[in-house]
Amino acid sequence: MDAHACFDSTLPAFLLAHIRAVTDATPDKPPSPAFDGLPVNLRALLELALAVSEESEPQTPSDSSSEIYKLGNLTLVVWTNGKALVKFTGETMLSLGRLVTGRAIFRRKDFWLTLQECGVQALPIVSLISFLIGVILAFVGNVQLANFGANLFVADLVGIAMVREMGVMMTAIIMSGRTGAAFAAHLGSMKANEEIDALRTFGFNPFDFLVLPRLLSLLVMMPLLTIYANFAGILGGMLVGYFVGIPPVLYWTETLAAVTLTASSLGVIKSVFFGAIIAIGSCRQGMQAGNSTAAVGQATTRAVVTAITSVIVLDSAFAAIFTLLHI
Amino acid sequence: MSATPELTAAKVTVKGLTMTYGTQVVMHDLDFEIFDKDIFVIMGGSGCGKSTLLRHLIGLLEPAKGSISFDGKNFTAADPAERTDTVRRFGVMYQSGALWSSLTLGENISVPLEESGKIPPKTLRDLVAYKLALVGLAGYENYYPSQISGGMKKRAGIARAMARDPDLLFLDEPGAGLDPLSSRRLDDLILRLRDSQGSTIVIVTHELASIFNISNRAIFLDSATHSQGALGNPCDLRDHSENPAVRLFLNRGTQPTSPR
Repeated sequence: MDAHACFDSTLPAFLLAHIRAVTDATPDKPPSPAFDGLPVNLRALLELALAVSEESEPQTPSDSSSEIYKLGNLTLVVWTNGKALVKFTGETMLSLGRLVTGRAIFRRKDFWLTLQECGVQALPIVSLISFLIGVILAFVGNVQLANFGANLFVADLVGIAMVREMGVMMTAIIMSGRTGAAFAAHLGSMKANEEIDALRTFGFNPFDFLVLPRLLSLLVMMPLLTIYANFAGILGGMLVGYFVGIPPVLYWTETLAAVTLTASSLGVIKSVFFGAIIAIGSCRQGMQAGNSTAAVGQATTRAVVTAITSVIVLDSAFAAIFTLLHI
Repeated sequence: MSATPELTAAKVTVKGLTMTYGTQVVMHDLDFEIFDKDIFVIMGGSGCGKSTLLRHLIGLLEPAKGSISFDGKNFTAADPAERTDTVRRFGVMYQSGALWSSLTLGENISVPLEESGKIPPKTLRDLVAYKLALVGLAGYENYYPSQISGGMKKRAGIARAMARDPDLLFLDEPGAGLDPLSSRRLDDLILRLRDSQGSTIVIVTHELASIFNISNRAIFLDSATHSQGALGNPCDLRDHSENPAVRLFLNRGTQPTSPR
């Protein structure tokens, strides 16, 4: 009788499921199954599976299926997220205040490194994208304007579109995807590895130490990159203009006449705000990430999505304001 | 190593501490004191809230109820500036080492040192070299945390925790994941540090060998009742504790009711 039998896991699984089913059906007097007569190894496995674990802490996850529960949960999430964002922005402002009064402590080296990372190292991609945007605008404009024999106005179109909108927009989107993701991933992994806690227990303020250098770098670099992107875009338009018969010198004078100082400063002013929301948004996602490696990935995704979304929303707000002010 | 030091004024006093995560109570009504030069162990089963208690002690989490005092000064009710001053006297080693990954080992130690005041570069270099030598990592100044092994990271974490000669050293699971020899060496290191530097050390661990080896006082967190299971010398607790859960834990589950 006490022989070993040959079976795979389906058999004990089947038996266990049935024993569980009987137990659940009669919770008042749970059955005490007798395993006499079963092969030794099967009996041992069943006893093991039925043994109550030592720390039987009944975890009753709350009923999450009902719609009201989901709605309530969603509301709470929105509320806490909103509060966290406001708190983070406030902390960042306080941190900026400490910078002005000279009490903020961070490593100068960190600032220069970040500056290099989101400045010089972003140049190739910013050049390529803005140049191509200029080319595309010029092509589209040329096809339409040629109908009226007004090819030359391609220069006006490209110039104004680049300096007012496309230059700053493309730079902001590139920086969201490139630098925002890098900020969130770096801070998120520092968070998961308790490095941010370590800063805190050494008496450092993590905002001064981590967020401030990143915010400052983007505030410095966004306007510079935007101006650079504007030139790259106009250069792209000029190239297309050359091929459709507008001499570069003529194109350049036409651009200079069309693009006013007001128009070109609008983009640069916007870029400062975009830089701030990209830096604050993505640092926040990183600093408030969960304590696991999976959370780092989520934080990075969220950082990019929120940065791009808020850049575009803010840009439409700017468009509305500028229209109202007749700028 | 179980000589009880004479009871001086308490270094750390915890009164009626209740810790929660959201609505879930992790531990309630903890009452204990840590004395000068103690090697105080926080022990308990996995997930019972040992690290949570440590994070409360170092001010990373706020108590739901109760208070924590250092040298008789209430820490829980203190204003942020006072708290920062208190925290500056701590050294903390985190479970994973938590070395700043973008800095070398040398910079990991020099950054906290630089923050606490102007130190000439030569002295700073000597200090860093000395701290690393203390934990057996002499010459590793220019390595990044990703380039060294897990045991070395823990030791580097201890070196960084000791950077400012703290009078309270908190170690979160220093021996976890180390081979028996390294873990033993770490115990020796902790004992020698206590004896030569005179710091008070608080350790979170569930490694029985180290508990009996180095600790003179311990608190047991009981995950079944969510409360303080026992407080006292671990060897005494192992043999004479009134709480069966404590004896069970300290005897690896063999003494009171041996299964089968």
